[in-house]
Amino acid sequence: MSTLTHLQRLEAESIHILREVVAEAERPVMLYSVGKDSAVMLHLAKKAFAPGRPPFPLLHVDTTWKFRAMYDLRDKAAADAGMELIVHKNPDAVAAGINPFDHGGRHTDLWKTEGLKQALTAGGYDAAFGGARRDEEKSRAKERIFSFRSASHGWDPKAQRPELWRLYNARLNRGESLRVFPLSNWTELDIWQYILAEGIEIVPLYFAAPRPTVERDGMLLMVDDDRFRLKPGELPVERSIRFRTLGCYPLTGAVESRADTLSAVIQEMLLTTTSERQGRAIDHDQAASMEKKKREGYF
Amino acid sequence: MSAYTPEALIGEDIDAYLAGHAAKTMLRFITCGSVDDGKSTLIGRLLYDSKTIFEDQLAALEADSARMGTQGANIDFALLVDGLAAEREQGITIDVAYRFFATEKRKFIVADTPGHEQYTRNMVTGASTADCAVILIDARKGVLTQTRRHSWLAHLVGIREIVLAVNKMDLIGHDRARFEAIVADYAEFAKGIEIERFAAIPLSGLTGENVATPSPAMDWYEGPTLLAHLEAIPVDTDRAAARPFRLPVQWVNRPDLDFRGFSGMIASGGVAVGDRVRVVPSGRNTSVARVLTADGERGHATAGESVTLVLADEVDCSRGDVIAAAEGPPQVADQMLATIVWMADQPLVPGRGYWLKLGTQMVNATVQPPRHTVDVNTQAEVAATTLALNDIGVAEVYTDRPIVFEPYEEGADLGGFILIDRASNATVAAGMVQHALARATDVHWQSVDVTREAHAQQKGQSPRVLWFTGLSGSGKSTIANLVEKKLHALGKHSFLLDGDNIRHGLNRDLDFSDAGRIENIRRIGEVARLMADAGLIVLTAFISPFRAERAMVRSRLPEGEFVEIFVDTPLATAEERDPKGLYAKARAGEIRDFTGISSPYEAPERPEIKIDTTRETPEAAAERIVEYVVGVWSHEL
Repeated sequence: MSTLTHLQRLEAESIHILREVVAEAERPVMLYSVGKDSAVMLHLAKKAFAPGRPPFPLLHVDTTWKFRAMYDLRDKAAADAGMELIVHKNPDAVAAGINPFDHGGRHTDLWKTEGLKQALTAGGYDAAFGGARRDEEKSRAKERIFSFRSASHGWDPKAQRPELWRLYNARLNRGESLRVFPLSNWTELDIWQYILAEGIEIVPLYFAAPRPTVERDGMLLMVDDDRFRLKPGELPVERSIRFRTLGCYPLTGAVESRADTLSAVIQEMLLTTTSERQGRAIDHDQAASMEKKKREGYF
Repeated sequence: MSAYTPEALIGEDIDAYLAGHAAKTMLRFITCGSVDDGKSTLIGRLLYDSKTIFEDQLAALEADSARMGTQGANIDFALLVDGLAAEREQGITIDVAYRFFATEKRKFIVADTPGHEQYTRNMVTGASTADCAVILIDARKGVLTQTRRHSWLAHLVGIREIVLAVNKMDLIGHDRARFEAIVADYAEFAKGIEIERFAAIPLSGLTGENVATPSPAMDWYEGPTLLAHLEAIPVDTDRAAARPFRLPVQWVNRPDLDFRGFSGMIASGGVAVGDRVRVVPSGRNTSVARVLTADGERGHATAGESVTLVLADEVDCSRGDVIAAAEGPPQVADQMLATIVWMADQPLVPGRGYWLKLGTQMVNATVQPPRHTVDVNTQAEVAATTLALNDIGVAEVYTDRPIVFEPYEEGADLGGFILIDRASNATVAAGMVQHALARATDVHWQSVDVTREAHAQQKGQSPRVLWFTGLSGSGKSTIANLVEKKLHALGKHSFLLDGDNIRHGLNRDLDFSDAGRIENIRRIGEVARLMADAGLIVLTAFISPFRAERAMVRSRLPEGEFVEIFVDTPLATAEERDPKGLYAKARAGEIRDFTGISSPYEAPERPEIKIDTTRETPEAAAERIVEYVVGVWSHEL
């Protein structure tokens, strides 16, 4: 009998987590952000419940500012999985016309943090799967796999339940909920390796291609549609770029690259000597920013 | 200083590199030590030496080290692993954190736990998923009380691979004699607590000697570096694979009428199509028809894999059952002896009902007063009546129905459990089953020919338990008496349990302490249940102040049979009425533990019926209760 590889162990653990939530929660939902981690999580869900379909809907908390290619894959992936796709756009943000050009931090706050709370409350979901990994950021390293949230969706790092063995406590009082992270123990390389091994479809933006870009504040931004506000003198330049992470297109920095295959992307990632998340503007705050955001209910 | 530098193979042949990476195994380990042992420094060093730190992270670390580090001009590796804002300010870690790194041979997950007063809880949590424990010793100090504590806890949780990392060797001039004296000292202790083997490595987290690279200054040490040792030790899934087959059923997969599969993670052993299996506890034998794995349909699967099995026969099987090898299935019992680690601020209340989760089973359980606790520092047995935060004790655990289990030392999946508070839903304890109690394994339920349905049918009614709860003097007995009279007039078979017929007889040995009150309600609940089994409509009128006990009685009855009636009277009103003069005595200090005065009353959150006695007369309330009962079940009553 051969020892399971690390990917086999991770896969088995994630499937176990997904099933445990479905067995114990009343109304689970899977947050689907269309990124590579979401793609892996969805793939694992399909495996966990085969030959049936995953018995929960997908929820996309939309900011209306994602890349067009993300919307395309979102709709296709949900249809391929035969799952219901719920798209939530915070009506307050819609009404106020919140956008990343004028509103800075409020953009993330209103669309994502508030939007997520609204969508979870409106759906009455008591458990929401998220694709976060513990290796992403220091405060995530202590996050439980089953992360307990108060009725107001707050996260209290001191009130989390001890997690022993493979025993997860999913019991809740009315109004309380769980965020569940099946990919907690995966690293970025594991994710890529698994996408390669399983042939999982990801947004083409992860692969290099010639795309219209402008350089701003040291970041390469892609001009994805005509809502992009060019500053005086700015002119989109075609560069061969790809993205290491995907978010709202005016906030997500690209890297110049020629890596147009999966193994070339992984190779480039492994040869890069800076951490993954530099491309995302949200992380340029001080070290404790993510913890603060989580306390407020950001995923 | 150099940060992450990629292996040459990545640039030369990425596909070959990835093929190698795909074949890696995984090892989970825990590092044990307190703040001064250099634990965070060692983990930081492992991350650094395994090239897990990126240039920008290193730059941030250098800046942080200069600003708030404790290593002068050098990099303070401890800053790499101190996560939350609160702990960074205090300079201590406060919870279990998980770190990741990989070498050419393995992926590692490190559980890092803090070394101060919450230690027992956190270390047990971190150790529960670990294959190996790295126990740090400050070479200047040798084997300390805390070394013994960490080792004993690691051993308690069943970790078989123990590494003694004798740290700060640079500070004692790499002294071989000192190192050997420490190892001899530790070996003596380890033998005493039945640790079978351990590896000792002299190293320095600060300088990196013998962490990833051998130390020229310690050429007298011929063993592997810490990292090399961690790359070589066996992982626990191999051991589990060699044991008999067990699959705790997590979920029944039934997408359509043509497919019925049983999903779960294989706890031990292997399974193949055609294997004879037994569904426990029901004991039905069948065989395996199909094995669906993460890689699709396959003929076989092994421990640690999440699978879905299709069985050859239509057997009754659901979440909580265990599919096991037909030869030598796991045990079934409702009473067992367990080692319990208490993890909540609120201490154990012996006799109170808690949820117990073991594998995929969730049952009601009570814990008896501990036989003893163990002093984690001296490993001495200490007499105790309860378990408080971070206490470890041995106690009998009773479950309300038989559960499938194995002794913890044979496997954590069917031997480890958690206890959950029924009101707050917090995880309050972790437990490890030692063995079933002799009297519990041979429980054979008497096959009763006259069923409870037959009893009820004969009386032409559906059994109910009308559970009145409220403060002393709230009017429970008055209203319950009226309800019973009305039911009797309607030709219903009923019985009223109250203080007069219970406290003076069945329960006269009980006092009014929390434990006494809990046992009082438990017995009343059992009597009420038996009477309901006999087909009666039972009325109970007791203060029954605790939510957990009322919930326990509810859970012992079939769905819908327990009707909670909250007789809601403000304390001031009840005290004013004071029909038995009890409040006056309680205020005068003549009665201890009096509900509402010196002992809490936990009001029901969602009672079936709520009566506000300041707005409704007893007669009207009784009428409403009878209407509720008759109205709801008139077709049966």
